[in-house]
Amino acid sequence: MLSALDDARLSDITSSEASLRRFLHGLPGVDQVGAEARAAMLATRSIKTTAKQFAIDLAISMIDLTTLEGQDTPGKVRALCAKALRPDPSDRSVPRVAAVCVYPDLVATAKEALGAGSDVKVASVATGFPSGRTSLAVKEADTRDAVAAGADEVDMVIDRGAFLAGRYGQVFDEIVAVKQACARAHGANDDGAGAHLKVILETGELATYDNVRRASWLAMLAGADFIKTSTGKVVPAATLPVTLVMLEAVRDFRDAIGRQVGVKPAGGIRTSKDAIRYLVLVNETAGEDWLDPDWFRLGASSLLNDLLMQRQKMLTGRYAGPDYFTLD
Amino acid sequence: MAERLAVKKTYKLYIGGKFPRSESGRSYQVSDAKGRFLANAAWATRKDARDAVVAARKAYPGWSGATAYNRGQVLYRVAEVMEGRHAQFVDEVAAGEGVARGKAEKLVDEAIDRWVWYAGWSDKIAQVVGSSNPVAGPYFDFSVPEPTGVVAVLAPQRSSLLGLVSVLAPVIVGGNTAVLAASLERPLPAVTLSEVLATSDLPGGVVNILTGRVGDTAAWLAAHMDVNAVDLAGAAGDAEHARQLELAAADNLKRVVRAPEAEPEWTAEPGLERITAYLETKTVWHPVGI
Repeated sequence: MLSALDDARLSDITSSEASLRRFLHGLPGVDQVGAEARAAMLATRSIKTTAKQFAIDLAISMIDLTTLEGQDTPGKVRALCAKALRPDPSDRSVPRVAAVCVYPDLVATAKEALGAGSDVKVASVATGFPSGRTSLAVKEADTRDAVAAGADEVDMVIDRGAFLAGRYGQVFDEIVAVKQACARAHGANDDGAGAHLKVILETGELATYDNVRRASWLAMLAGADFIKTSTGKVVPAATLPVTLVMLEAVRDFRDAIGRQVGVKPAGGIRTSKDAIRYLVLVNETAGEDWLDPDWFRLGASSLLNDLLMQRQKMLTGRYAGPDYFTLD
Repeated sequence: MAERLAVKKTYKLYIGGKFPRSESGRSYQVSDAKGRFLANAAWATRKDARDAVVAARKAYPGWSGATAYNRGQVLYRVAEVMEGRHAQFVDEVAAGEGVARGKAEKLVDEAIDRWVWYAGWSDKIAQVVGSSNPVAGPYFDFSVPEPTGVVAVLAPQRSSLLGLVSVLAPVIVGGNTAVLAASLERPLPAVTLSEVLATSDLPGGVVNILTGRVGDTAAWLAAHMDVNAVDLAGAAGDAEHARQLELAAADNLKRVVRAPEAEPEWTAEPGLERITAYLETKTVWHPVGI
């Protein structure tokens, strides 16, 4: 939909608030009815037997197993990490999840519980999650803390107030600053690469699909490695049409600029059926390149048990019960 | 005046307090004892059974946690609403079972009385089967009956209302929630009972009613890991089917109420066996003198 953007054109877009606004408002509008109809149509795809088995395992390997409650304790996080490493203790063929997602103060606990060199990553929310209503200095310090404690990925929230007021430059600069905070401070866990940055748009507060498209582009232009729908603290959280708009944005962004950005719907995805619908959406919108834990994640907690129950149902031929899986 | 068009009913399932269509969208014709069309009933299959178990599990904490007195009051209320549907039940029993009107009226009276009888046990069963146990130590030791969980009930195939009430009421009176597979050929009293339950104070999901071939749902319910007990009354007379269901139920150590060789005479005085079959005894040792 956009012609390729070279570096000169790119730096021109991001050079001032006015040019940024011109670019974002110049993006084509989203056909709301069309997006919702397409998402609903794709949701009716029937995925059965071996394809379903494949989809369930893929979905498990894409989960960011999340606990973001005020009542989180180190014990809870350790239990979550054990589950991340071995989702079903009775079945070693279940893949590991992609990451665990915790608050910054529990990153060190999670890192220790997962063990050094674990392929399960630790993601930390930061920047005054979930509202993001702190000064930039606090957001940077919050991010540096999480990265120094060993976070492999940082989930930041954008300032929705600034975005909705049209102060795109401010949102852009904050993302750039947080991205630098991810890269800069390594502390004891220096691996030279810094943390991946996921930018939470909190689409439930953005009101329109046009805003979702603009916020997606804004985050990607500012250097986001991932764009994420929601904090999970606002209803509605992730929905299929919103994710569709974001998947179109990452597809178009790669076509225009050549850099691939991941997508993470989070919040409200509780059943295997939901998860498989998202995978169908990814395949049909962004394409197969995104059907990989490096490029698509599902932020969830209770979803994992439902996937495990479905998996067991397919293997044993009888319906599984929640009594046989961990409570979390 | 022109002759009125017949209103031919197509009933639906009763799951989680709502009346959904069967997942497959199919239904089947229900005929009376002489083969004349009565209505269409939904044809439930395994996915409806799955949804019903989820609904029953969801309703379980609320229903089992309600006070026995409260459960009793709700069940009395159900009997009141049944009484209001008396004539409809009589029509359905007479047509479905092929009995005379007078006999059908007696059966319906008896079914409602049976429901009241079981409702009364709600806050009395603990006194009868619970106990305070003498022990050799400074402990107060007592045993109380607790509900088992989600119970799958295969309703009797022949006795469409009295048999139905006789297997359903004892399950829920103790605090269990139920998934009931109704009689294949005589499902209408069960459908009407679901309408009664939906309009009394029974919380949605405590009773879920599936119509259709028992063979389509029974095996899935018997093998379901989230079902805690199964009543095989509906498999009476089919020993091989009952045996297979018992085998499937063994996987998660379900409580099984075995299928009788032939369907019993439901007019016989009931005992407490059907209530206690779905109760588990919890014994507590409590130190005294501290």
